[in-house]
Amino acid sequence: MEVKNKLSRRAGSVATPPFADFIRHKWLYFMVAPLVIYYILFHYIPMFGLLVAFERYVPSKGIFGSSFIGFENFIDFFTGPFFFSRLRNTVVISLSLLIFSFPAPIILALLLNEIKSKAFRSVTQTLSYLPHFISLTVVCGMIRSFTMDNGVITDLLVNFGFERQSMLSNPDLFVSIYVISDIWQTIGWNSIIYISALTAVDQELYEAANIDGATKWQQVIHITLPSIAPTIVIMLLLRIGSILNVGYEKIILLYNPLTYDTADVLQSLIYRRGLQEFDWGYSTAAGMFNSVVNTALLILSNKISTKVSETALW
Amino acid sequence: MKIKESKSYKVFKFFNIIVLSLVAIISLYPMIYVLLASLSDPTEFMKHQGLLLKPVEFSFESYVQVSKHPFILSGYKSTLFVLIVGLAVNMLLTLPGAFALASKDFKYRALINKMVVFTMLFSGGMVPLFLTVKAYGLLDSYWALILPVAVNTFNLIIMRTAFASIPPSLAESATLDGASELVIMLKIALPLCMPTIAVIILYYGVQHWNAWFHAMLFIKTKTKYPLQLVLREVLVVEDTTSMTIGGDDTVGLAETVKYAVIIVSTLPILTLYPFLQRYFVKGVMVGAVKG
Repeated sequence: MEVKNKLSRRAGSVATPPFADFIRHKWLYFMVAPLVIYYILFHYIPMFGLLVAFERYVPSKGIFGSSFIGFENFIDFFTGPFFFSRLRNTVVISLSLLIFSFPAPIILALLLNEIKSKAFRSVTQTLSYLPHFISLTVVCGMIRSFTMDNGVITDLLVNFGFERQSMLSNPDLFVSIYVISDIWQTIGWNSIIYISALTAVDQELYEAANIDGATKWQQVIHITLPSIAPTIVIMLLLRIGSILNVGYEKIILLYNPLTYDTADVLQSLIYRRGLQEFDWGYSTAAGMFNSVVNTALLILSNKISTKVSETALW
Repeated sequence: MKIKESKSYKVFKFFNIIVLSLVAIISLYPMIYVLLASLSDPTEFMKHQGLLLKPVEFSFESYVQVSKHPFILSGYKSTLFVLIVGLAVNMLLTLPGAFALASKDFKYRALINKMVVFTMLFSGGMVPLFLTVKAYGLLDSYWALILPVAVNTFNLIIMRTAFASIPPSLAESATLDGASELVIMLKIALPLCMPTIAVIILYYGVQHWNAWFHAMLFIKTKTKYPLQLVLREVLVVEDTTSMTIGGDDTVGLAETVKYAVIIVSTLPILTLYPFLQRYFVKGVMVGAVKG
């Protein structure tokens, strides 16, 4: 009955004039119209702004009035002193996060999974989420104060023979500060998804393993880890897809000219050159490079994800 | 049945509890330190080294200084305005849009879905967005903080997934009763999806509360700065000169005042935190079903 209904409806819309679908489903069109307008105004029209990358852009002349100079801005960017070093900084920070910050919540989830006491578990979990609720500006304000030459973290490190210094002015320390604070911010929150994967594991598997005399270690390796492996793979691919998207807001809040050598990433360079120094063409060209590589990486990681886990990322 | 535990597992359990306790303490303590420092006497605090277990010479001096700060209050006002109006705009676009995109009767569903997802993959970037907002005449207006983020594609997809999971038979029987698609959305779809709606309201709310980057790009008038941008000025650009009285204790005062600013600006979130936490956790799971 339902199928018949649908078929007749579809057949009807083919035979009727072009506006029939609009009249029949006018509410759907009204509902989606603001959305479409939004995406055009704030996502698609700005893409025309990419033309600036090929121009010697002069604000008073506008995008369509400025002179066209081909790939000069790109040549400037690729052969200039910043391309290689900022790309390297971006990749170094991303990979450091991948190596240290990515596994941290998985380990936390596994450790919590071995805790029998519900109260202890939920208190630990709740407290570990707390940093996630502190805004980035405040987190960075705290990092700045704590790592000043008389800051509390510096004080503590001095006890272990560390040289007293303003840590954020030392380019050698920037990546460590960035990564360690990232672990602090994300370990609890990012563990939620693994914890829920762990609670979905069939408890009978453990009981069966017990009867077979498997040790706890064997159970972790043969039951627990395989059960969260798909989640880990998906999260990993998401990370790899956005490897050039280092959290530049945090970089901009933490870096200073003394640490540009290790701290400045592509996005922060794009921001500074474009919106502080008004080097529009250069900045847009650099941004376009960043966007294109990002898109390629995302498509690639989605392809891999679809193959490996049969789950598309989008 | 008694489960046999090896000796090494018992040792592990002991260390596990220690490690997890450390995780809990390290997550919480920085905020406690900030609170204790903000309640310390500015001059005495400067001489102190290392951790705090109680304020150094209890004093409200820093909070008195914060209350004199010219932009904290205006920051709160700006943030509240953007939060409330922004949320309304978010919901007005996201809910109907997601409903239409979830409806199998909508002819251009696939096309518009593609158009939406493409923006997750590729964007014009910072400078083109700035030039566009400027061309629309939105610079230095609150709308520059609301309209460019009127829809979050991730939230839209979460909402679309929720609407799509409603059994189609409900809508079909309502259609037979003569209900329009608007009525179906308002009377059937929205009430059924309340938990997901709560989650995306929270997500949008947090997004507005934390936003500062667009404000830095688009807002020039200091009294229009949202709270987070004021915080950046105070905590990062170290614009504390306007609030110190001068003299020898300038530096120490600035430090404890900064901590007081952190407490004043983070308190609302930390008060709400215990109540909202489980909704956020639920949100992570909603988002994970299909991101």
